[in-house]
Amino acid sequence: MNSILTACSDGDGPERKIQFLHGTTTLAFKFQHGVIVAVDSRATAGAYIASQTVKKVIEINPYLLGTMAGGAADCSFWERLLARQCRVYELRNKERISVAAASKLLANMVYQYKGMGLSMGTMVCGWDKTGPGLYYVDSEGNRVCGDLFAVGSGSMYAYGIVDSGLKQKDLTVEEACDLGCRAIYQATYRDAYSGGQVNLYHVHSEGWNRVSQSDVLMLHQQYQAEKA
Amino acid sequence: MFATQVYGDNGKMKEYHYTGPVEHRFSPYSFNGGTVLAVAGEDFAIVASDTRLSEGYSIHSRDSPKCYKLTDTTVIGCSGFHGDCLTLTKIIDARLKMYKHSNNKCMTSGAIAAMLSTILYGRRFFPYYVYNIIGGLDEEGKGAVYSFDPVGSYQRDTYKAGGSASAMLQPLLDNQIGFKNMEGVQHLPLSQEKAVQLVKDVFISAAERDVYTGDALRICIVTKDGIKEETVPLRKD
Repeated sequence: MNSILTACSDGDGPERKIQFLHGTTTLAFKFQHGVIVAVDSRATAGAYIASQTVKKVIEINPYLLGTMAGGAADCSFWERLLARQCRVYELRNKERISVAAASKLLANMVYQYKGMGLSMGTMVCGWDKTGPGLYYVDSEGNRVCGDLFAVGSGSMYAYGIVDSGLKQKDLTVEEACDLGCRAIYQATYRDAYSGGQVNLYHVHSEGWNRVSQSDVLMLHQQYQAEKA
Repeated sequence: MFATQVYGDNGKMKEYHYTGPVEHRFSPYSFNGGTVLAVAGEDFAIVASDTRLSEGYSIHSRDSPKCYKLTDTTVIGCSGFHGDCLTLTKIIDARLKMYKHSNNKCMTSGAIAAMLSTILYGRRFFPYYVYNIIGGLDEEGKGAVYSFDPVGSYQRDTYKAGGSASAMLQPLLDNQIGFKNMEGVQHLPLSQEKAVQLVKDVFISAAERDVYTGDALRICIVTKDGIKEETVPLRKD
């Protein structure tokens, strides 16, 4: 089975190789008032843009969000399974699952498939008893807690913007949202594999809410006008 | 027929007079061509496909449509490897029956889409080489289109093209239905007549430039009154 797979999916196979959907630029950072999650919405299959309207933020439950980077099917399938596990936890323990526990469940699920070709780089963001939570989990087995992550082909460009914007302490919610939006926009500007729209979410103590969805073309015109 | 295909370094099929040693490898997949398209309207959905079945330089059949009726409100279009298309549609039909027996109701379009996603992901490590597009009516009677990748990633769209000529059709649909890259144009909702005419025009263009698309076009129009089928001839060369 393994040799058949390597024969078809990798190397110089037929011109029409099976193309799975890959991404992206996604970022999330903690700040005084919670967690900001910003993502682009482009999905590529090789060099073809398969969609400009992909939802890369997966709503696990009303207070937990997961992001999608890497293989689209891998991310949406495993995060949907995570949503199920979180619900089972809630029913068994009569309390909401913590972000640390949810991210650990996801990490352990995909670790069993390590080396088999899953491609998933996700951030689990939420608010629990200990405050805002942000974990990065990937298909290699990494699971790290942090205050800022950017994942995907456009992540380096996004880091540049957010790192400089976060220097000033105590951001307001609006400033933080603008920062996240700007970072994704800059990444779509320079990364060919990112684009479409910027989807922005804010996670606070009551849960998450969707702040905005802005087309990158509109943002470009807006920022150009501001420069002038 | 064994799919031992002879390929050169650049991935294209080798010419008939090869000049060096060639490694033959068995591939469980083969590419049978075909294009599928689905459009969702206010109260209708259209799923259309060409009817050519090809392999390499040959045409196996000129009458092999790629739209399959699932329920009275849902049609699926599958293109890619014909063997996997057939098996996948058989599995979907069986699962629909099982759902009907357990739950005493037909599956809705959204439920079929979610189910197909898990069926496809179940073969994550030996995928169904099929590009699926589901077209139908949702619970509110509005048109719905769900597009998939071979391993189950899916989303709801207004319109989507899949298969060999998808890269040619999709930009045209983006412009005509999505009004992309047009300024100062009124966004009129799409009527059923206009949508059907657009689908015909778009396939005629695809048949001009894609070798794997042609022969005939099968259109399935899904409305609350049922599914109507229409066949339109295309270039046969």
